[in-house]
Amino acid sequence: MKRARTIAQTIGGRQKTAVIVVTVLVGFGLGFGVAHLMAGSIAYWGVVSGPLLLTLRVAIPATVIAGTAGIASGYVLAKGRFPGRDVLETLGSLPIILPPTVIGFYLLEVLSPGTQVGGFVTRVVGHVLVYNVFGCIIAATIAAFPFCMRAARTAIEGVDPLLEQAARTMGLPNWLVALRVTLPLSRRGIAAGLTIGCARALGEYGATLMVGGDISGKTRTLSLAILDSFTTPERNTMLLILVLMAITAMTGVGLLGRSRT
Amino acid sequence: MTAALEVAVTRQIGEFELDVAFTVESGISVLFGPSGAGKSLTLALIAGLMRPDSGTIVINGEVVTDCEHRLHVSTQARRIGMVFQDGLLLPHRSVLDNVALAVRQASGRPARRAVARSWLERVGAEGFAHRRPGSLSGGQRQRVALARGLAGDPALVLLDEPLSALDSAVRRELRNLIREVIISSGVPAVLVTHDAEEAEDLGDVVIAYNDGRVTGRRVVARPVYPEPQPGAPQSTEPT
Repeated sequence: MKRARTIAQTIGGRQKTAVIVVTVLVGFGLGFGVAHLMAGSIAYWGVVSGPLLLTLRVAIPATVIAGTAGIASGYVLAKGRFPGRDVLETLGSLPIILPPTVIGFYLLEVLSPGTQVGGFVTRVVGHVLVYNVFGCIIAATIAAFPFCMRAARTAIEGVDPLLEQAARTMGLPNWLVALRVTLPLSRRGIAAGLTIGCARALGEYGATLMVGGDISGKTRTLSLAILDSFTTPERNTMLLILVLMAITAMTGVGLLGRSRT
Repeated sequence: MTAALEVAVTRQIGEFELDVAFTVESGISVLFGPSGAGKSLTLALIAGLMRPDSGTIVINGEVVTDCEHRLHVSTQARRIGMVFQDGLLLPHRSVLDNVALAVRQASGRPARRAVARSWLERVGAEGFAHRRPGSLSGGQRQRVALARGLAGDPALVLLDEPLSALDSAVRRELRNLIREVIISSGVPAVLVTHDAEEAEDLGDVVIAYNDGRVTGRRVVARPVYPEPQPGAPQSTEPT
């Protein structure tokens, strides 16, 4: 563990990104390799690769969108003094509490061209947002958002306000205080929220099923594909890939989280 | 001659009531009194970190607070420098960056860093410019905090018990440094302390505080220092 800390303290930003990519790839490789050894066959790549790549196509933009919105709303909730702040946080946290199918139902109401609201939204956006990859991204974003928001709020509230005051006496405008003091000092908590949000986006199932439709080659993400292949040998590969990806990614993120302050 | 600072404010916090009025000229003015007398609260009001209930604050001829006319200039726009009790350096930035962030008179990172370096040299902190504040001793941190407080070309520098967290040997050493650097910079300063010896050593004027009121004002006899000349090497030797 001491060695891990030393590595985390010495590597720079680009290397940290490389570490995350490598740990995810190692997880994937381990999952595939172990499943191959256990099942004695390597004929699963074609079955696994499609859902895996689609999952990444969904989870990466979903994490970016949910992370950006989550940090912004977490900042407003932490620093803003306005009535209804707690109500807003409760609304933002609903996806944690509500069953994914309920979220999926409401998303269909809002996004489906067949409904009044959905028809309006489709006309405004100029694109159908259900039963395609956009629907999957929206479902994963909604699922990931509350984790990013709550972690950001807690982390930002934990920053010593005296340091922000000191920055103001240096003449820094409030937006620079946020960018150069508050957010850097709360980066660990924010990173933890993004990690959990990303994990949630990777594993999103219920809402994705309702909004995406589980269409093979189009909206069938890894977690949907696992259920579909539950009676076939491919499931071992997929299960192991997900489990080992999660373990190695969390290890990598944990290692990076110990960077110096 | 315009006063560097004119303060006439009141502020009620629970049972405690601050009601003070004083003027500060050039040199170092010390607000001296026991803990809880309202000295640090006064500094917070001057810095704009808090608002008074009534009264006015004028820095270098510019009204920055006027409760009657609902005027409250933001802390950022007050052109002040501040040195806090425990430094309050940004822990995720290097010493050089901490000072460079406060530089307002130069634009561009290299120019700001050059100004920051010159201030670090003046306080004897150039040797740890690239270290993080967490790796510095208390005395080193306060040297950097002093450089940061002065680096932004402030109209007024405020020092809130800058030596109270240090041991006595370091305090004596830094006392001389603070006086030397502030006097040579020509920036008027208001320093808060509850230490009588420190007030005597550092102040040109000592303003006595007790229970939220100014109870006295005394000019400390000092040798005459030469006026700082722009561009000329700074001398701290009394004439």
